[in-house]
Amino acid sequence: MFGIYLIVAFSIAMLTMLNRNKTVRIGLLILFITLQTAITIYAYIHLNEENTRYFKFDALGVIFMCVLTILSYTTVYHSYIYLRHRKDSSRSQSFYFAALIILIMVMTCAYLASHLGLLWVFIELTTLSVAVLIYHERTPLALEATWKYVFICSVGITITFIGIILLSIALEGSEAVNFSFKAIPDQLSQINTSWLKTIFLFMIVGFCTKMGLFPMHTAAIDAHTVAPPPISAFISTTLMNVGFIAIFRTYTMFAHTPIIHWMNMVLFLCGIISVIVSAAYLLKVNHLKRMSAYSSIEHMGLAAIGIASGGIGYFAAIFHMVLHSFVKASVFYQIDQFHRNFRTYLINETGNYFNRNLPGAMVFLLILISITAMPPSGIFVTEFWIFKALFTSSHFFIFILVLFFLTVAIYSLTKNFLHILFNQRQELLPAQEKPNPIETVSQFILLALVFYLGINPPAAMLNLLHEAVANLPQ
Amino acid sequence: MTNILLIAFVISLIYIGIANRLSTYINILAVQGIILFGVSFIELIQINPINLIFILFETIVFKTIAIPVFLNYIIKKNHIVRETQPFLPDFLSVVIITCIILGSFILSNVITGVFIRKIFFLASVSALLSGLFIIITRKKIVTHIMGYLIMENGVFILSLSAGNKMPMLVNTGITLDIFVSVLVLGVFVNRIGNTFEEMSVDNLTNLKD
Repeated sequence: MFGIYLIVAFSIAMLTMLNRNKTVRIGLLILFITLQTAITIYAYIHLNEENTRYFKFDALGVIFMCVLTILSYTTVYHSYIYLRHRKDSSRSQSFYFAALIILIMVMTCAYLASHLGLLWVFIELTTLSVAVLIYHERTPLALEATWKYVFICSVGITITFIGIILLSIALEGSEAVNFSFKAIPDQLSQINTSWLKTIFLFMIVGFCTKMGLFPMHTAAIDAHTVAPPPISAFISTTLMNVGFIAIFRTYTMFAHTPIIHWMNMVLFLCGIISVIVSAAYLLKVNHLKRMSAYSSIEHMGLAAIGIASGGIGYFAAIFHMVLHSFVKASVFYQIDQFHRNFRTYLINETGNYFNRNLPGAMVFLLILISITAMPPSGIFVTEFWIFKALFTSSHFFIFILVLFFLTVAIYSLTKNFLHILFNQRQELLPAQEKPNPIETVSQFILLALVFYLGINPPAAMLNLLHEAVANLPQ
Repeated sequence: MTNILLIAFVISLIYIGIANRLSTYINILAVQGIILFGVSFIELIQINPINLIFILFETIVFKTIAIPVFLNYIIKKNHIVRETQPFLPDFLSVVIITCIILGSFILSNVITGVFIRKIFFLASVSALLSGLFIIITRKKIVTHIMGYLIMENGVFILSLSAGNKMPMLVNTGITLDIFVSVLVLGVFVNRIGNTFEEMSVDNLTNLKD
């Protein structure tokens, strides 16, 4: 079944690239989204089944696959609006959508890959396909950002590959080396701890490029700044989830070896420094997309801290990633409308958004509540769990440190968002265009989902989450 | 024989330190491809024939022919000045690369308890670090791709010492990925050449807070 999905999705992408007719393009996109929905439902029904030897529909993969499918509806819709307003040529639209379809397909594969080498291959493919999309606007800035993104990701993923090779060297003694995530943990007992630590470090550093964690976070920020807003939504959510899944699977793989405490320390370090760096940059940032990018880094840091603190933290980290995906996607969809209204992303040149675009301003207000984790939103619940996990694992110093820098981040985010919404002092350019209120419906739905999932998470989802963390030491 | 080839590989790294023409870099990359072909032929002769043919194909066709030709094409097309323009004087580059090799030598002797042959470890670590060094200290964007390729060669040597354990499908994916990423990087270098007068990293400093 999964093989069929790959073949059909790939042929749809190729057809989209060759086709120049507008109606046919819409038809192909609808076809692809139907296919994506079908494979997601199929995966949920056949949970924990191996498929074509290299893919497995496990709980963790299926959760993020559902998120991807939901967001691919909205991203395709907003991409369509974005391209229509830019009046791009039919050819460049074809390339855009073909790359988007390939990206969605490759991310699905990365979520479900059950073989370490294959996961690596698909992560590299996400870099290559997203590069086409980042470069869509063809400006010198886009060129710079794409170059940096591809180059840093390639070098980062090479570092991960060194880790994988070192793992295979270390497993030399055992007879048949099997690189599936299920089989690796049984073979790890023979490796000495310092070697395991080296392997983990190499793998984590490479995967951090995708997740946007501390040592390798810079590439993602620049990519966010210039990518088309619907693509920024993808980079910041589903693509970061790819990095998260890779790190989570690596962590699970090594979780039953003696290095678990050391791994926790490494993840704490990555997480805390990510939070500190993002809080520091948020204080001075003046570009709305860069601000959202730094806020993503902050949330990734929190997720890493969640994994590192163990216990309920594992559960909270996955849940946090899911909710963060919905919030951050709606931020970037709204930023597209915002940009059409103001023709700029610079925060200090904007303001009074409430009078200029009421539905959009409401979206920003709800986003502010969600992103700063105020109570009715789901992110409040997950951040509360993460801090609870920190507290129960008695990391009081980290607890206070993270809380402090989180406050700084919340202050800057609130200040900037309120400036956009209410600032009436300065002379502003007249509204360039009043976006259609219907375009905000998708954002309201995503945000409602965040609130709903936080207050009343459905049992099916909780079961999936519990299953995803079942292999970890509680 | 393997030892001689790997030592030749390490010497080629030192040569890169003093080379200041881009064509020399490309020739060195091609020579490294041939050396890797030799090493993998000797090392992997006993694994199954399809895998062997595949790896030989990778070293000869990709590393020795396709990528150097492609890089030559980029340089010709964009009229890149043939000098590499390092930030550091050549003498210092050689000294630093020598230190890297010396450091890897010491490191390979310190590590114990793992089934890895010292000479492979030495060659691959020095290639990785020299590649990074080239990326950091050269101004031209094309040289960054070359540094990346040197890193890739280091990774290749490391994977040779592990034997060949990945399934065929995964191996193919990895090779194609690397090849495609070099192509994509090359295409973007072309774009940079069209957009800016000179292809130097100084042009790529506009994105900041």
